[in-house]
Amino acid sequence: MATNHHNNEPPKELFVPHERKEDTSEQISKPSRSFFQDARRTFFKNKAAVLSVILMIIIIIMSIIGPYFNDYGMDDQDLSRAKMPPRAPVLENVPFLGLEGTLQSNFRGETVEEATENAVMRYDNAEEYIDINVLSEGDGSDDSAEVEATYNIYEAKDMQDQYFWLGTDQLGRDQWTRIWLGTRVSLIIAFVAAAIDLLIGVAYGGISGYYGGRVDNIMQRILEILIGIPNLVVIFLLLVVLEPGIMSIVLALTITGWTGMARIVRGEVLKQKNEEYVLAARTLGQSNGKIIRKHLMPNVAGIIIINTMFTIPSAIFFEAFLSFIGLGIAPPEASLGALIDAGFKVFRLYPYMVLWPAILISVIMITFNLIGDGLRDAFDPKMHK
Amino acid sequence: MENEKVLEVKNLQKHFKLGRKSVVKAVNDISFDIYKGETFGLVGESGCGKSTTGRTIIRLHDATGGDVIFNNENVHEKKSKKELLKLNRKMQMIFQDPSSSLNPKMTVMDIVAEGIDIHKLAKNEEDRKQRVQELLETVGLNKEHATRFPHEFSGGQRQRIGIARALAVEPDFIIADEPISALDVSIQAQVVNLLRRLQRDQNLTYLFIAHDLSMVKYISDRIGVMYFGNMVELAESDELYRNPLHPYTKSLLSAIPLPDPDYERYRKRVSYDPTGHDTTEEPEFREVTPGHWVRCTTKEFEQYKKELASK
Repeated sequence: MATNHHNNEPPKELFVPHERKEDTSEQISKPSRSFFQDARRTFFKNKAAVLSVILMIIIIIMSIIGPYFNDYGMDDQDLSRAKMPPRAPVLENVPFLGLEGTLQSNFRGETVEEATENAVMRYDNAEEYIDINVLSEGDGSDDSAEVEATYNIYEAKDMQDQYFWLGTDQLGRDQWTRIWLGTRVSLIIAFVAAAIDLLIGVAYGGISGYYGGRVDNIMQRILEILIGIPNLVVIFLLLVVLEPGIMSIVLALTITGWTGMARIVRGEVLKQKNEEYVLAARTLGQSNGKIIRKHLMPNVAGIIIINTMFTIPSAIFFEAFLSFIGLGIAPPEASLGALIDAGFKVFRLYPYMVLWPAILISVIMITFNLIGDGLRDAFDPKMHK
Repeated sequence: MENEKVLEVKNLQKHFKLGRKSVVKAVNDISFDIYKGETFGLVGESGCGKSTTGRTIIRLHDATGGDVIFNNENVHEKKSKKELLKLNRKMQMIFQDPSSSLNPKMTVMDIVAEGIDIHKLAKNEEDRKQRVQELLETVGLNKEHATRFPHEFSGGQRQRIGIARALAVEPDFIIADEPISALDVSIQAQVVNLLRRLQRDQNLTYLFIAHDLSMVKYISDRIGVMYFGNMVELAESDELYRNPLHPYTKSLLSAIPLPDPDYERYRKRVSYDPTGHDTTEEPEFREVTPGHWVRCTTKEFEQYKKELASK
C-alpha cells in the first residue's frame, strides 16, 4: 500500500522544492540621478532653449568685444559722413544683402527728366554718382514717370576706403559700435535690475510667507499700496529728479519691480511651509534657520530662477521704452531703446538705422523668454523623463 | 500590560480663530491616557479633530487650553532649547501623505539622517551612513536606496522612509497620523505589520490616528472615538466593538463593510442623529464599566449601565 493515494493527494516525489531567489521587488532599475542632473537633461532636450542659450552667449560676447572690431569710437561725430548706408567689405559685392553702401529709392515725376531731377536733388546734387534706372516712361500726367535712383554715396564723398558695416547715424557715428555698446548698456541695466529685484523680492516675500500671520498681513498691505501706485508715474518722477544714467534707470526699475517677485516667493513659501516634510523637520527639532535653508530654499529656488529669467527681458523692454520716450539713457551714451528712437525718426528714408537695433532687441527678448521657458520645464520634476 | 502612563492628555483644547468672531473648536476638551507599550487608536470622521489632536500633542500647534504630560513633563510649558530637543527625540510623528512628507530635493540618506544630525547621534560620517543603512533595512528597504530621491519610490516605500526617519532618533512614543490612508490595501497591511513588528522589537508606544475602523481594530489595544472635537467613547478595542454604547460609535461600527455577501445583504446602517441627545444637560465623560468611558448625560449614563448589565 505504499502507493495508496489518500484523498487524491499527489505523490510526494512530484514536489520540487521552490528555490528562493533574492527578493527583487524593492529594486529600482533606473540609474540614480540627482535633481539637478535631471533638470539639466530636461533642459538640454529642449532645442529652442539650447539654441537661445547659444545665441545669448554670442550676444553677450559681442556686446563686450563688438565695439572694438573697427576703429570708430562710440562718440566720433562727423556730420560730413552722417547717415551713411551700411557697407561691408567683400559682402558689398553680394547685391541682395543691402551692404553695398548705396542709397536707393524710387522717384516720380511728370516725365523721366523730372523724376531724375527729383532724384538728383534728393541725393546732394552729386549727379555723376547717381545711377538712374527708368521704370516707367510716363504719359505727361502727374507722377506717371518713375525712375529708380542708386546713389553711390561712398564714392561721392570720396570715402571708398571707409566701411561702416551697419552705416552711421545722424551725427556720423558708426552704428555697429553703437549697437553693441547699446546692447551692453541694455544688458547691464537688465541684469542689475533683475539681481536687485531678486534680492529684495526674495527677502521680502520669504519673510512675509514664512512668518505669516500679522507680519504677513502688514507686509502684504504695504506691498499692495506700492503696487497700487502706477509704476510709470513713479519712474517718471524719479527720472525727472535724478540725473539720467544707468544707475538712475536701474533704481527706477527696481523701486517698483521687485513686487512681483515678492508676491511669487511669498505664495510659494506659504505653500511649502505647510507641506508635511517641513512639519516633519519641526517635529525632529530643526531650527527655523535650517528649515529655511535646507528645506524651503531648495524647493523655492526653481520658481525664483524662472521668474528672474522673465524679469530680464521685461527690464530690457522697459529700458527701451523709457529711452524711446526720451527718459532713458542720456546722449552720447547709447542703449538699444535710444538707438531705435533715433532710427525711428528717419525710418522711411534710412530704414537700416532702426532695423538692426530692433532685430537685436527682439532676439534678446525671445531668447530670454525661451530660456526661461526651458528652465521652468527643467525645474518641474513632473517634466523629467 | 503594565500600567505606566506615557502620555496624559488633560482637557486638551485647540481652537482656531477664523476671523474676529468665528472660532473653530477643532479639539474641545478631550482627555485620555496612553500606557507604555500599547497602541491607542483614535478614530472619527474627517474633520473631527483627530489630526489636530495629534499635532497639538507634539507641539506643532500650541494648545488653547489643557495639558499634555509626556513622561511626567508638561509638553506645552515654556522650555529651553535643550528640553525641547529632548522632547523631540522621545516623541516622533509619522505623517499621512507619503508624497509630501519627504523633501523632494533631498536624498533618502539626508532625509533619514536629519534627526541624527540635529541630535548629533552619529560620531562621524561613516557612523551616520551605517545608521541610515541599518534603519533602511529595519523598515524593509535596501541600503542602496540611500542615494535615491523620494520621487523614485512607490507610496509604500516612501511611507517606510518616513517611518525610518521617525525611528532615527530612537523615540519611545510615535504619533502615526493616518499613516496608511494614502496607501492601497495590500500596502496598508505591509506598513501596519511593519509598525507592529517595530513596536514589539523596540518597545514603542503608538497613538494611531485613522478612519479605517477594521485596521484600527487590528492594530489598537484601546480605541477612542472622536466626534466634532469631543471624545465620545473610549474603551478597549474588543469591548468597543462588542458593546458600543454611544449612538455615534454604533453608527460608525455599522458602517464597516465585511467581505461576506450574506452578511452584507442584511447589514443595517445605523445613522447617527445628534439631535437625539438630551440637550438640557451638558454631557460629561463618564466611566460606565471599568475602562469603558462614554460622553453622556446622567440619564443616558443610567441607561447605558442598564444596557451593559443586560448583556
